[in-house]
Amino acid sequence: MHYSFNWALIFSDEYGRWFLEGLSITLQLSGLSIILALVLGTMLTTMRLSRIKPLVWFAVSYIEFFRNTPLVVQIFFWYFGSDPILPDFFKHWLYQQNIEFAIGVIALSTYTAAFIAEELRSGILSIPKTQLEASRATGLTFLQAMGYVILPQAFRIVVPPLISQFLNLIKNSSLAMTIGVMELTYMARQVEAHTFHGFEAFTVATLMYLSLSLLVSLGINQYNRRCLRVSR
Amino acid sequence: MPLIEFRNVNKWFGDFHVLKNINESVEKGEVLVICGPSGSGKSTLVRCINRLEDINQGEILINGRTITGKDQNLNELRAEIGIVFQQFNLYPHLSVLRNITLAPVKVKKISKEEAEKTALRLLDRVGIGNQAHKYPIELSGGQQQRVAIARALAMKPQIMLFDEPTSALDPEMINEVLSVMKDLAREGMTMLCVTHEMGFAREVADRIIFMDHGEILERGTPTHFFTSPEHERTKAFLREIL
Repeated sequence: MHYSFNWALIFSDEYGRWFLEGLSITLQLSGLSIILALVLGTMLTTMRLSRIKPLVWFAVSYIEFFRNTPLVVQIFFWYFGSDPILPDFFKHWLYQQNIEFAIGVIALSTYTAAFIAEELRSGILSIPKTQLEASRATGLTFLQAMGYVILPQAFRIVVPPLISQFLNLIKNSSLAMTIGVMELTYMARQVEAHTFHGFEAFTVATLMYLSLSLLVSLGINQYNRRCLRVSR
Repeated sequence: MPLIEFRNVNKWFGDFHVLKNINESVEKGEVLVICGPSGSGKSTLVRCINRLEDINQGEILINGRTITGKDQNLNELRAEIGIVFQQFNLYPHLSVLRNITLAPVKVKKISKEEAEKTALRLLDRVGIGNQAHKYPIELSGGQQQRVAIARALAMKPQIMLFDEPTSALDPEMINEVLSVMKDLAREGMTMLCVTHEMGFAREVADRIIFMDHGEILERGTPTHFFTSPEHERTKAFLREIL
């Protein structure tokens, strides 16, 4: 069978716009999830290191649970299975949102937070204990010492592994298509279905993911290098 | 009423009896030097005062009030007591100025401008007023330790604890730190200094205590301590160190 390449069709107004819309959703989905995952991951690490038994226990079980089950199952669980256990006010709020998108954000951020928490913990453990001691000795509370002294140093140490978590999250965001979030992979699939030009459609999607990931890691590395120059 | 009082204080690290029945008191404005071989419990003794270490028996009082009770608010206690460590322990990610203003702003809720004014004044006082915007790594050890002293002073503490403040310094930097400590002593600060600097002890201390194996073996004025120590162990220690 003869396959004739048609790149012009892919970049035509209509399909070109589909790709851009998909890319835009992917950016929003990943961006929002990264922020939430960072916040949640930081909270989990702080709980895990707090020495308050119930919090430690909660954080450890959370991390083990979310790290050790497949993301697709988690996405399906949130989308198809979580209804009986979610509180009413939350469901009510959820149904007012774009529910597929919201579930995508919840699934990606709760999943990635478990990994970020572990990376951060190793970063914190590599900060000398005397830093915590010195800050507590001036009267700072545990949370203040974490927030102003320990975490800022830990974050800088874990930038390389954090970048790879961010990139994983961006790539994982394509799984949101399974519940109908119209992100980049979903849109590439649409273009393919309409044009039968699968090679072009998925080449474009691939290149978009690739450049997005490269930009993210380049940007963060650049920022980190600037920080390191002044403080270490 | 003494400012600080130890009453029958005992502490164990596991099976190791690190403080043995300590009874001692420090008056306001007094400079107490604590010396002794390593492992004698002198750092631990000092670190119990701001509860970086907890004691197992007895009690410690500040201004007549016990601070070793379970309900003691540690952050309030620590805000009143400055401590300077052997390894400086400055925050490497913050500028010198921010190192000093962090606790006053976050703990005492002093405005940033006010805290910075105080910080700059303190930096002048310890002789490095022009280094405020540098990062700790850019300073020498002696300068870093002086920043650490300024950081402790910024909380306007009643008591200053020094835990071997010159032990990690190159010899030529020891004096710049000691001279700051001498100024502080002259201005009437209550100070407890764990140190091997016998010159400093002779010149500045009101009293010296000598510890070995968790006990206070010898206590007295510098004159007594250096000229007529009673305990054999003290004499041996002084022969080694002088």
